Amino acid sequence: MLVKPYGDTMNDGAMQLSFTLPMRKGDEAREAARVLLTRMGLDDPQIVHMEAIGEEFTFFVAYGKCTFAVDTDELTVARAQVEKMDFYQINKFIKEHIGRKIKVIGACTGTDAHTVGLDAIMNMKGFHGDYGLERYPEFVAVNMGSQVPNETLVAKAIEMGADAILVSQVVTQKNVHVPNLTRLVELLEAEGYRDRVILICGGPRISHELAVELGYDAGFGPGTVPSEVASYIAQELARRLAQTARDE
Amino acid sequence: MSPDTMKIDRFELDAGMIERARAAARAITGSMQQHIDAHTTTAVERTVCRLLGINGVDEAGVPLPNVVVDAVADKGKLGQGVAYWLGSACLEHGITLDEAVLDLAIGKLDITACPRPKEEVEKALYPIAASAIERIIENKQKREALIKKLGLGQTPWLYVIVATGNIYEDMVQAKAAARQGADIIAVIRSTGQSLLDYVPYGATTEGFGGTYATQENFRLMRAALDEVGEEIGKYVRLVNYSSGLCMPEIAALGAMERLDLMLSDSMYGILFRDINMERTFVDQFFSRRILALGGLIINTGEDNYLTTDDAYESAHTVIASQFINEQFALAAGLSPWQIGLGHAFQMNPYMEDGLLNEIAQAQLIRQLFPEYPIKFMPPTKYMTGNIFFGHLLNAMFNFVSVLTGQSIHLLGMLTEAIHTPYLQDRHLSIENAKYIMNNARHLADEVVYAKDGRIEKRARAVLEKAVDLLDYIRSRGLMEALEEGTFAAVKRPRKGGKGYDGVVEKSPDYYNPFETLLPRRAPAGGDVTCW
Repeated sequence: MLVKPYGDTMNDGAMQLSFTLPMRKGDEAREAARVLLTRMGLDDPQIVHMEAIGEEFTFFVAYGKCTFAVDTDELTVARAQVEKMDFYQINKFIKEHIGRKIKVIGACTGTDAHTVGLDAIMNMKGFHGDYGLERYPEFVAVNMGSQVPNETLVAKAIEMGADAILVSQVVTQKNVHVPNLTRLVELLEAEGYRDRVILICGGPRISHELAVELGYDAGFGPGTVPSEVASYIAQELARRLAQTARDE
Repeated sequence: MSPDTMKIDRFELDAGMIERARAAARAITGSMQQHIDAHTTTAVERTVCRLLGINGVDEAGVPLPNVVVDAVADKGKLGQGVAYWLGSACLEHGITLDEAVLDLAIGKLDITACPRPKEEVEKALYPIAASAIERIIENKQKREALIKKLGLGQTPWLYVIVATGNIYEDMVQAKAAARQGADIIAVIRSTGQSLLDYVPYGATTEGFGGTYATQENFRLMRAALDEVGEEIGKYVRLVNYSSGLCMPEIAALGAMERLDLMLSDSMYGILFRDINMERTFVDQFFSRRILALGGLIINTGEDNYLTTDDAYESAHTVIASQFINEQFALAAGLSPWQIGLGHAFQMNPYMEDGLLNEIAQAQLIRQLFPEYPIKFMPPTKYMTGNIFFGHLLNAMFNFVSVLTGQSIHLLGMLTEAIHTPYLQDRHLSIENAKYIMNNARHLADEVVYAKDGRIEKRARAVLEKAVDLLDYIRSRGLMEALEEGTFAAVKRPRKGGKGYDGVVEKSPDYYNPFETLLPRRAPAGGDVTCW
């Protein structure tokens, strides 16, 4: 199927943009913005709002029509293999398939001080009415909080014999989360623990694709609820245990 | 504060209940004072160095206050205080303070080798200490003069953050924000700075999620805001963060470079940065004495509780903590107009009547702390990538703020959960707040809350729970309550956390020239501020 953005008519291609140009408000600024939209491949560019925001900056709201379409049949989407279960199903699944509590450790690593995402997944309260891992009787959940050095996280994970490690990266500057996430994988490998743990990262700039590329088992983006992560961990651990049993 | 925010009692609260809360908080903080007075910390001693004018770096780039304090600590002699040893070395060798520090830095001098009588040391260091105090007082007077000349914006004061990592870029953004209508500019610190056990040196152009707090960065930003203030005809206030392992050093640098507000909380570091509690209580006291002298406004961090705890369920912990912060602040010599107690608009936006609960909380705080410049923080917890919804959420926050007469209003950004603010984000936020606050400016004067209605009942219930919690903490002890996870659902062990090794018991001959020069409430518990 070919898809284009939808405004109010199929295939009208309507898109909405807002941006700032570092120049004084005026006819030149408007023209610069219009040309910019044209170069982006937008038809019928319209600057609907232009406003000076500080001395040498102008803010624009604009519309344009996208001229191309995407063929959805050609897409490949990477996502963690998981069958979504709810709180009760997950606990039951763990009792039946794992036969012991699953140990999970979570941290915001490196310089990141924002625990919003990690707390949403870990804390009792959870997120969007979906309980956090601490609430699950079949999970032992340890939340190490913010600004945890990778070394400390690895040491603690090994000490508690964690089945899964959750790393959250929320606000990062200049993509510092990428080397930071990579470093954790290297440390785990050096300790010989990488294969023994389900390694997961999450955050607004994390996609499953990026996570896999960086050497993680799964990545979860914004809007993820705890039960999705819990389902994944439970199912992945069960799959690995079954695999080990078969290999033996 | 504008006169219209003075008429603040919108609903009846039980005065006896409020007194009970204050009495409990006084008892709680009073029981900590003995610990505070009996200890110093490496951070306090580095601050003494900075106040004495020691501020460079050695060949390896280590700040000289660290070099001095580490040298004394290595000898196990920090109990007497660095000032005692610095003064002794100057007297013994007939050298100046600068010479002593330089010789120490290159390893030529052991300042702890020749102790001198305390009275002699006092006499030698007093003039230097007094001139540091004078500089801070001059800054306070200069601020007062500028405010008189240029004036301030109307409350709620719009508070925005710049955070590019590069101080020179921050200056551009800060000036743009001031021109757009911001009253207060915070240069958010590089993430992780609170855990550094030193203050970086010089102007900095790289940081993560913020810009390093350094004396030179403070000076540069102060100059930029003074410049734009003259241009727009308004005194623009500057904020930084007196928290973390260098809490009192930042306070001193802020007072020396005429910052106007400082984040300063008696428990934030313990809860959110896992800094040792014994250290934090000592550090916050010394920090706040400096801020008291400098006429800075402190902002406390109760808003942070609601990022980990539920804002509706745990609303009373915010109130209880505010009473504790109030008493700690008063004990350190701060006046009510300097105590910006914090809270936040963080309730679940999908809750029925959530707005009523937010109004109840904001109005309750306004009434409990009438002369205080209350700091109101924006929604962050329920901010998503849906910037349109986020902008709406911020509008509700702005509305509650003007309706309940909040003083310091940190602007929410529609892109909160995505990135540090773009120039346009800040513009849209200021526009949002200015529109709503102007449009509803005197609404509060026209509104009467239904007697025993939902809002009033909610406020009373929160106050009641807060008083119960304070009574409990009083019976348990503050450190014990923190160990149990009373605030923000975070548990901290008394001897655990970062910086514990920097807590030192004062010896009987401890000397710190600023102990007698900085304000504090008279130890008898009276209200006299003496210095």
